Amino acid sequence: MNKRYVIYMTILIALVLEVLPMPLNVVVYRPDWLLLVLVYWNIALPQRVNIGIAFICGIILDILLGNSLGLNSLALVIAVYISSLHYQRLRNYSIWQQMGILGLLCALYNLIIFWLQHWLTDVLFQFTYFWPIITTVFLWPWLFWLLRKIRRQLDLK
Amino acid sequence: MKPIFNRGPSLESRLLIVVVLSLTLLVSDGLYGLFTPVRSILTTLVSPIQYIASLPASLLNASTNRIISQEELITENELLIQQMMALQADNQRYQSLLAENEQLRKLLDAPVKNALPKTVAELMAVDNNPYSLQVLINKGSLSGVYNSQPVIDDQGIVGQIVDVAQTTSRVLLVSDLSHAIPVRILRNHLRLIANGSGELNALNLRHVAHSADIAEGDILVTSGLGNIFPEGYPVAIITSVVRDESQPFSAVKATPLARLDRLRYLLLLGRENTPLETSNE
Repeated sequence: MNKRYVIYMTILIALVLEVLPMPLNVVVYRPDWLLLVLVYWNIALPQRVNIGIAFICGIILDILLGNSLGLNSLALVIAVYISSLHYQRLRNYSIWQQMGILGLLCALYNLIIFWLQHWLTDVLFQFTYFWPIITTVFLWPWLFWLLRKIRRQLDLK
Repeated sequence: MKPIFNRGPSLESRLLIVVVLSLTLLVSDGLYGLFTPVRSILTTLVSPIQYIASLPASLLNASTNRIISQEELITENELLIQQMMALQADNQRYQSLLAENEQLRKLLDAPVKNALPKTVAELMAVDNNPYSLQVLINKGSLSGVYNSQPVIDDQGIVGQIVDVAQTTSRVLLVSDLSHAIPVRILRNHLRLIANGSGELNALNLRHVAHSADIAEGDILVTSGLGNIFPEGYPVAIITSVVRDESQPFSAVKATPLARLDRLRYLLLLGRENTPLETSNE
């Protein structure tokens, strides 16, 4: 019952990976770790990880990145909402279909952040903002496998 | 199969609450900056995550420091001694010039400029946020760092503090899109404002008249207007001036002199306690 802290540990690790310092030319490819982990737990255990946790994690990420509060939380909440609408279907998809859906979710997440930033600070469109979509999609199978292994080993419910 | 929600409101109403909350936060923080006072507490709360994230890099640094070869140390030491000799030679003249300048200023009845107190800080992390150019440093309110404190490196102005936690603080770089700095050209004292461009090594100068005397290679130094940056620190060098007569103003670009892509040690300039300022307060 109290093994639930493992979920929070994986989310914490995702947060650390989001702010881990990296060389400047690699940093544009950083996958959206937090989105991946939240979407996985949302699909697997929708009664544990849902919109509320996504919101709190988004606020923490905003503070960590020095964004205006609410930016990442709004984008994460919308992405997690969509995945929790279809969690039963997503579970049964093949890994390729899941990757496709994840790509769309991640594109939406990055677009929402871009739109909000454009509204707040007039940032200009640069293609490099959207590299994370590709790296995130290719990370999904590995992360899915790892987290499922953790979930089954510990029998998380 | 467990029901998805066995307690609490439905998914849609949760979404509505959270989206409204996020938008309120966005408007109040992003547009009106209402959360700036609370920000330092929030940053202090999450700073453990920052420390964990900077742990691998600092461990790596520590181990490379440990296995650095003696030969490298000797060459570096020689280089440093040479640099120090050159700087000290300059410094001898600087001292006499400083005294002379002070004397002349006294004759003119102008306030004497005092040296600013400085704090050395080290870079902790560069933000991965592609939309804003900020770095994190390892000094905070416990070391007397305050909001909008100017930050320099050994070449020029780096930026200003925007967010202070207890042991860390965040520096907004001069080339960030939301940053602007009042400057003047060293050669002819023409006053301008240098806006960040969002790219790390470019600044834009807006509203430069076609007739303005400005050329490639001109050095921009802080003008001291705006009361944030002290006067006379180098900021950038003009890289291109495009005078297109069909446009109302010339397009002028500059590159920051501070090496923003390879920051390591930074200097924080403290407040100056001139009689002028205290009488204003």
